[in-house]
Amino acid sequence: MSVKIDTRKVGDVTVVDVSGRITLGEGSSALRDVLRDLTAQGNKKILLNLSEVSYIDSSGIGELVSGFTSVSNGGGTLKLLGLTKRVKDLLQITKLYTVFDVHEEEAHAIRSF
Amino acid sequence: MGTNVDTGAKELLDHKYPSTLESVDIAEAEILKAAEEAGFDEDEQHRIGMAVRECMVNAVVHGNRYNRNKQVHVIVALDSGRFTIRIIDQGEGFEVQEVPDPLHENNLLRHSGRGLFLMGAFMDDMKVRKVSPSGTEVTLVKNVAPRE
Repeated sequence: MSVKIDTRKVGDVTVVDVSGRITLGEGSSALRDVLRDLTAQGNKKILLNLSEVSYIDSSGIGELVSGFTSVSNGGGTLKLLGLTKRVKDLLQITKLYTVFDVHEEEAHAIRSF
Repeated sequence: MGTNVDTGAKELLDHKYPSTLESVDIAEAEILKAAEEAGFDEDEQHRIGMAVRECMVNAVVHGNRYNRNKQVHVIVALDSGRFTIRIIDQGEGFEVQEVPDPLHENNLLRHSGRGLFLMGAFMDDMKVRKVSPSGTEVTLVKNVAPRE
């Protein structure tokens, strides 16, 4: 399995549930397309749930960063939810962990917007 | 190619892959199998797999530029407790010192440019050199921990 992405609304927050691998090719392009569409549709509060993401490569990191930047540039906010230890480690060694607003619990993340 | 009896090095893999993204997955899986057989635990296998994936992507995408007439040569050996992976493309090569530091504050939000850094972070040693007539050879080394 490469990647599976579903979106749902919780109040005015759009939660994007991602599962699988975000790597160069199908995985990273699928995430890019979803975030681009959500931004184009005017969604300003986006919570990216990565709790079921088993693997991210540098291309996947690039998509997270690009998504964060494009949502911010559009006046919105993108936050992360449920990082696995490996994904958290990856964001820490790339010094991106503090760039993102990262949450462990969905309810807490929703309230933080 | 076979076992190098002169140095005691044991060759685990020697294969040339086409310049496709599918090759990235195949090489990663084959090298991970070799890493497991060499005795690396799950976390170390994950780190090796990450480094191999980044290196293979660089070779296929930036080195060979998906050129079907070019191949990526992968050689894996175990020598004196060093699990050594050599990945050689047939691209134009590049200067390592010209690659921007992805940890610099001006580069943190760049979309790309983290591959080489991650290879170095996940492996114990990494060397990059240009090869003749054209191409880049990346050597990735992970030390095998002594068994208890």
